[in-house]
Amino acid sequence: MIGDTANAHTFVEALRFIVDNPQLLFTKAVEQLELSGAALGIALLIALPVGIVLGHLHRGSGFAIGTSIFVRALPSIFLIAVFLTVLGLGFTNNMVALAVLAIGPILTNAYLGVEGVDRDAVEAARGMGLSARGILTKIELPLALPLLYIGLRVAAVTVVATATIAAYAGGGGLGDIIANQATYRLSGVVGASLCVMALSAGVWVVLIALERTVTPRGIRAVRVQAALGTQNEEGM
Amino acid sequence: MTTAAEIVFDGVTKRYEGRDGAAIADLSLTIPAGTFCVLVGPSGGGKTTALKLVNKLIPFDEGDIRIDGRSIKELPAVELRRGIGYVIQQAGLFPHMTIGENIATVPRLLGWSKQRIGERTVELLDLVGLEQSDAKRYPTQLSGGQRQRVGLARALAADPPILLMDEPFGALDPITRARLQEEVRRLQREVVKTVIFVTHDIDEAITMGDRIAILREGGVLAQYDTPDAILAHPADEFVAQFIGEDRALRRLALRRLKDIELDPVPAERPTVEAAGSTTVRNAVSLLIESGADRLVVVGDKGVDLGVLTLAHAAGLLR
Amino acid sequence: MIAAGPVIPNFGQGSSCVTGDNLFCWDWVRQHWSDTLQPALVEHIELTAIAVVIGSTLAFGLALLAHRRRRTEQPISIVAALVYTIPSVALFQILVPITGYSNATLEIPLVAYTLVILFPNFVAGFNAAPPEVLEAARGMGLTRNQTFTRVELPLALPAMIGGLRIAVVSTIAIATIAATISEKGLGYPIFYAIGLPTPFKTEIYSAGALAVGLALLCDGALVAVRRFVTPWSRAAAR
Repeated sequence: MIGDTANAHTFVEALRFIVDNPQLLFTKAVEQLELSGAALGIALLIALPVGIVLGHLHRGSGFAIGTSIFVRALPSIFLIAVFLTVLGLGFTNNMVALAVLAIGPILTNAYLGVEGVDRDAVEAARGMGLSARGILTKIELPLALPLLYIGLRVAAVTVVATATIAAYAGGGGLGDIIANQATYRLSGVVGASLCVMALSAGVWVVLIALERTVTPRGIRAVRVQAALGTQNEEGM
Repeated sequence: MTTAAEIVFDGVTKRYEGRDGAAIADLSLTIPAGTFCVLVGPSGGGKTTALKLVNKLIPFDEGDIRIDGRSIKELPAVELRRGIGYVIQQAGLFPHMTIGENIATVPRLLGWSKQRIGERTVELLDLVGLEQSDAKRYPTQLSGGQRQRVGLARALAADPPILLMDEPFGALDPITRARLQEEVRRLQREVVKTVIFVTHDIDEAITMGDRIAILREGGVLAQYDTPDAILAHPADEFVAQFIGEDRALRRLALRRLKDIELDPVPAERPTVEAAGSTTVRNAVSLLIESGADRLVVVGDKGVDLGVLTLAHAAGLLR
Repeated sequence: MIAAGPVIPNFGQGSSCVTGDNLFCWDWVRQHWSDTLQPALVEHIELTAIAVVIGSTLAFGLALLAHRRRRTEQPISIVAALVYTIPSVALFQILVPITGYSNATLEIPLVAYTLVILFPNFVAGFNAAPPEVLEAARGMGLTRNQTFTRVELPLALPAMIGGLRIAVVSTIAIATIAATISEKGLGYPIFYAIGLPTPFKTEIYSAGALAVGLALLCDGALVAVRRFVTPWSRAAAR
């Protein structure tokens, strides 16, 4: 639409763009990761305790699971736009919007993880005289860790990927290039797109690889199957 | 009039790759049409395997199995199975279908008319002791015992000449199990079929079977005979151990007081009484408990049928 | 791209509500329903519907393959998970050199995301039949295909519809990003409105509300569908 030629050659130019602009791309990528990290941090702070407590008490399943469903229905750009109108352009509105997106998977998986811990194990622990806090820290949390981690992973990838459009609302990141075809031409846009693709895929790969270390050895039940179950009706 | 078929195992052998020895080794036995044959033995003895050879759920390596003289090798598996009723332990009812639809499965496959299926369903629900209103319900709404009755009805739906039952009562509580054992025995009296019934419980085998085939580990046939014959003359040490040291008493449990020859009632009527329906074994137990050496058997209408002495009871075993 | 000029009639001479940057202007909504919001809604529904139909069909085929040949399931799952990590705006842009600024470019990413959401759910659905039920079916003389159509497929419906709920809702949300390379869908008014010197709240909220409303409506409809086609689960609940 801007008079760029759009064909296979564009990819060659896109790769050239990447090679020619490592500094720019790196800076933008870091920007995006910073934004994502901040958003994730907030989401963890809010959603993790809430999900864990609800799961421990075996209460509020409708809320915990409904959160994910509701968040899923919110278009990310809408969320960003809404916070833009409230908080203005820039870093903050995007961070808040992304945090809201991240709350869904983190809360739901925290809830399901803790709630789903083998009741017999909890009973036995209670029978042995463990306090509620002890049960939570020694039994429920370790056993819930796999699902907690899945929630974190799903949230992280979602946030990093969605942060791309934060650029349309002043959030920076690689989306700045993608949104700015006038300056960077289609080749730049495609180049940045390839980069952001690699970025979020990279985050996913790293987190999957780290999953091993997080799972208590007794329950390496996180088969690749479950790890890839990012779209199941339960954990989001 | 219902049909029953003769089943012949002829030198059947089944091996599994990577395992020493055969799962079934050169098994030969003939099950006459209309016989209720129980396959019993320890776990891993190959009894379930032997059962599944008949409807080709498991293929065999050597030998042959013939139904009414025809080798099952000649029949395509699917067609064969539609002519054999198959009941398994967890019933395996289709959860998404009503009881009626479950029962109608094979008739539908065979292309029966809706009317015929409907009539047959009514008949079968009656036969297995379920309510007609149950036809519209779903399996999850029924108890374990009821589900197994449906499993039975479903297996009988197309009136097959053979019924295969694989530990069907294993998952039920003892009371329900006893009730269903009784039901199946009654069913067999009404609707005579050739039945192969697998169980690991020797008591169940003795209760249910016209003939019992005891399979030891490796699918080897240890003994094949009527319950009474096996109890009286176990073929070897293994069988003797398997049926238990109290086999003499179990033999007595096979007979009821009203069916045996009794002594006449003397002038001085014995104080201990027992109903005619009591098993001889329970009668002996009664005698031991009371310290008496004889009791009088009382029939349905309160009529004295005769007298049983301990000595006479023991003599029954010879 | 967004600066390509407004397609909607200029609202420069808006009401006092609009120029005063109020929170929400009903009069604007009423005035621009038929020229802005409704067309966007219709386009959005079209985009989503096509993507869901194509995506479901492809997902069904792939899931069937994974069901019949278990070894294909893992590779397909890994590819699916990777595709899902791709930011939608990037996927749209990457397709531009390949398929231009066409409908295909819009639909391919949407189909892809639908597909990768549905695949695991469909596979789980096909695997849902308990083993003893399958054994009974086989023992009774049902052929492989009959077992699939009469037993496994009906029992797969809850998981499949569950997957569809997620896919439809997600696709409706993702379809807003189509506005980065086109003027279609409910995303366009939102991107447009935030690109203005003063972001126009009413347009944002109304377009967004429509998208969320559409998603929740479809979700509810699918819940009703599931309840309708699975009478046995209703019976169990009693």
